[in-house]
Amino acid sequence: MSTDQKPILSLQGVIKRFGGLTAVDQVSFDVPKGEVFALIGPNGAGKTTLFNCITGMHVPTAGRVVFEGRDIAGTKPYRTAQLGIARTFQNIRLFEYMSALDNVKVGEHVRMKAKLWDAIFRTPFARREEREVSERAMEHLRFVGIERHADNYARNLAYGQQRRLEIARALATEPHLLLLDEPAAGFTPQEKVELMRLVDKIISRGITVFLIEHDMRVVMEVSQRIVVLDHGEKIAEGPPAEVRKDQRVIDAYLGKSA
Amino acid sequence: MIGALARMPSTLRTFGGSQVSNLVGLLIVAGALALTLQHVLQHSASFFFQILIIGIADGTIYGLIALGYTMVYGIIELINFAHGDVFTLGGYFSLALFPIFGIAEGKAGFGYVIPLLVVAAITMLLCGVVNVAIERVAYRPLRHAPRLAPLITAIGMSSILEGAMYLWRGPNSLHYPDLLPLTRFNIGPVNIGVKDLIVITFALVLVVVFTLFINLSKLGKAMRATAQDRDAAQLMGIDINRTISATFFIGAALAGAGGITWGLYISSVDPFLGFITGLIAFTAAVFGGIGNIPGAALGGLLIGLIRAFSDSYFDSSWTEVLIFGILIATLVFRPTGLLGMRVPEK
Amino acid sequence: MKRLRVFVRENSRNPNAIAYTVMAIGALALPGIVQFANGGNGDFLVSLAADGGVYVLLAIGLNVVVGFAGLLDLGYAAFFAIGSYTYGMLASAQLISSPIHHAVHIPFWIALLIGMFVAAGAGALLGAPTLRLRGDYLAIVTLGFGEIVPRFFRNMKDWTSGVNGISALDVPTLPFWITGPWASTQLAIEHNFRFVSFNPTAWYVLVVILIVISVIGVNNLYSSRLGRAWMAVREDETAAAAMGVNTVNTKLLAFAIGASFSGFAGAFYGAKLSLVSPDSFSFIVSITILSMVVLGGMGNIPGAMIGALLLYSVLYYFLPGAPAQATALAHNLGMDWLNQSSPDGWPGIAEFIHRLQFIIFGLILVGIMLLRPQGLLPSRLRAQELKRGVHDESAVVTT
Repeated sequence: MSTDQKPILSLQGVIKRFGGLTAVDQVSFDVPKGEVFALIGPNGAGKTTLFNCITGMHVPTAGRVVFEGRDIAGTKPYRTAQLGIARTFQNIRLFEYMSALDNVKVGEHVRMKAKLWDAIFRTPFARREEREVSERAMEHLRFVGIERHADNYARNLAYGQQRRLEIARALATEPHLLLLDEPAAGFTPQEKVELMRLVDKIISRGITVFLIEHDMRVVMEVSQRIVVLDHGEKIAEGPPAEVRKDQRVIDAYLGKSA
Repeated sequence: MIGALARMPSTLRTFGGSQVSNLVGLLIVAGALALTLQHVLQHSASFFFQILIIGIADGTIYGLIALGYTMVYGIIELINFAHGDVFTLGGYFSLALFPIFGIAEGKAGFGYVIPLLVVAAITMLLCGVVNVAIERVAYRPLRHAPRLAPLITAIGMSSILEGAMYLWRGPNSLHYPDLLPLTRFNIGPVNIGVKDLIVITFALVLVVVFTLFINLSKLGKAMRATAQDRDAAQLMGIDINRTISATFFIGAALAGAGGITWGLYISSVDPFLGFITGLIAFTAAVFGGIGNIPGAALGGLLIGLIRAFSDSYFDSSWTEVLIFGILIATLVFRPTGLLGMRVPEK
Repeated sequence: MKRLRVFVRENSRNPNAIAYTVMAIGALALPGIVQFANGGNGDFLVSLAADGGVYVLLAIGLNVVVGFAGLLDLGYAAFFAIGSYTYGMLASAQLISSPIHHAVHIPFWIALLIGMFVAAGAGALLGAPTLRLRGDYLAIVTLGFGEIVPRFFRNMKDWTSGVNGISALDVPTLPFWITGPWASTQLAIEHNFRFVSFNPTAWYVLVVILIVISVIGVNNLYSSRLGRAWMAVREDETAAAAMGVNTVNTKLLAFAIGASFSGFAGAFYGAKLSLVSPDSFSFIVSITILSMVVLGGMGNIPGAMIGALLLYSVLYYFLPGAPAQATALAHNLGMDWLNQSSPDGWPGIAEFIHRLQFIIFGLILVGIMLLRPQGLLPSRLRAQELKRGVHDESAVVTT
């Protein structure tokens, strides 16, 4: 494990309250660079809320979210995407009435430079960029294995293809850190195996993967390090083998601590 | 399309500077009040009270109309553009009914109370039926269509209603008989007309009865449940279609009553009266907090007062600019309206 | 030749290509046809068509706001008014009587751009504090703005002459112009050409050129980075933001670009009519433009244009002409009594038909929405969606 390296993401005492409800309570941990990091916990533990705090969709009530050495707590979502954090959503959120290819091209948006002027007059620069972006977008679709459906409406894709398209769209933003919110939800065992292979491929590109997942087999197999949340608090952290044996984790999942 | 906006988590929509914008809003209100006060002090007290009473009377009528907008918006999130014309229709129906019940101008007296109330009841019924029919024909088939479709049909229905009244009685404004006593009396510096009192009382009674009805009756409960969450309400055994029809019926009945009240108070109606009156009443609904029933009544009253004071103390040609300015300012500084209750998201 | 055949074959089933072709041929042939059909006296029809072109421009612009970015604008006529008044004040003797006491005569071509930028600026100014509101609230704000702007111009009597409006606006000029049989004259080159009101063909040509430029520009936008961002915001604002799209700026650009079309359409409209009055920009104008976009097919440029052309011809040609036609028909059928008004309330058939116009307008809106809620010529994606059902694997997008 490359603990000597600086972590890509570091949460320090993050708190998120909604009115009287504390959804995330004093959570701190580091996500090491280049690894698969997993966040698990029972329903309502605050996992997605934590993701939202990282991507700027929520402003943390307190605490620091340090990404590549800078505090990004409270940064607008589009800025965090520009800085290099991409995400997928628990309940798939594609642009339904756009083709799969165009969905991925929206992901490229942040890396494009064409200005309003270029767009209106379709300058040679805009044309060249558009061509390059289309090619790159096709590559991303090929990478996740749905290039055949490039011209289909996003909403007309099958469920598993939609999940893959979301990943392709996120990859198109050229992230350093990819947040996957329950990527295997609703998958068949076969699809889960394919997903794990895809995660390996993403890691081999040098992108750090941080995922929320319910399926323990997927989590144990794919991730190098796990954090467990329960009722908004971190109750365990460590490699899969350790976390699996942790009494508090077992209690949380069996409902004792509730 | 707009559904996509509604799916946003609420934290994205409530912007960070709400404290600041509340403060700015407060400062604007305070400035306006100070300016008004300065103008008020330049005129006599009796003038002030006269304008106050006109404002209250107008305001209660706006409140009656605003209730229909707010209810319909609350339950199906549609701006029912035809609502203002249903209000005008109230005036037209009652005008047609008066001769049948032997009501004519110049013979005002207690003998007219019962026939007038009967005419009001029939008018309210007819307006209700028209509005329910509009919902059936123009909105219900589009309940799952893109958001813009029912909005366009609402505008279409508004045009049809205006056209129907135009065709029926011609383009000119019609004289509405003076049926209320014109007696005026003084209470201290306040000179008040019996007509004012009757109009205000009639409208207020309707608003109060209606608010109680929504809060206490089973149908009212069904309406509130449907407004909160249509699917859940359906699961609880509420007949959604009936509840929506009832909402349109009641809203239109109140607007119809508003039409009669307007006629009695202002003494004229024309086919296009409902357009601008409807927009102003809609502003009142937004001002009070759209979807909020006491808010609509309060918003109506305040808009009526603002209108009366702006007309008499400032410049009437700027009144509508002021009112629509309030509409925009409300949404910018306090999108939930004065009473501040959040409209449930669907 | 072979390439042409391939091109025709590839596009002969593409409704948009057909629509563009039909509109282009129609636009070219229209002056000749109406002049021929009316024995050389078709000027008023050419003029009417040029006015219709203004609505086409407006529909193209509103389509950017409503169709592409999904922002509901119920006060679009406000920007139209701003464009018209900008031209009215900057290109007439109007400002002599204003507090600055100096007439400003900026040439049409520059004023056109100024009108465009002023309207775009107004759009940005209105949009900045309000675009974060949810969809319906934004619609209400624009409605309020649409009500305020014409009243504002009416009330600023010192600058705008109030209800009378600004008249005697400058006409555009060009160093030279080609006239010919299409304008019922001989083929010739005119020097120092002025666009005068008794030469509607020139106005018509001008508006067609403006439309062609607009269509090209908007089409480019549609398939650009910005166009995709608009649609992403329309489909799912949160997801768009998570993908790095600055949603507020994106919406603001849609609002401002939409407004800019309205601005230069307004400048053209003012110059052609030579009159700008506060009554020309009421709520009904906003609604008419919105209806054009929705009826034609939201989000699809040729759809919005066809919606504009159809609704315009109904509202400004067929309905105004109908009373006279009905009178003539009644006369020919020997039923002249229909033409007389009678004391029992019958106003005469001409007046009756005239009074029917609101009902007819309403029925068109309601009817088309009920029968074809996606519009007459929807964007191809949606049309296909509605035809083939929701989860059809073979549905292929071909744009």
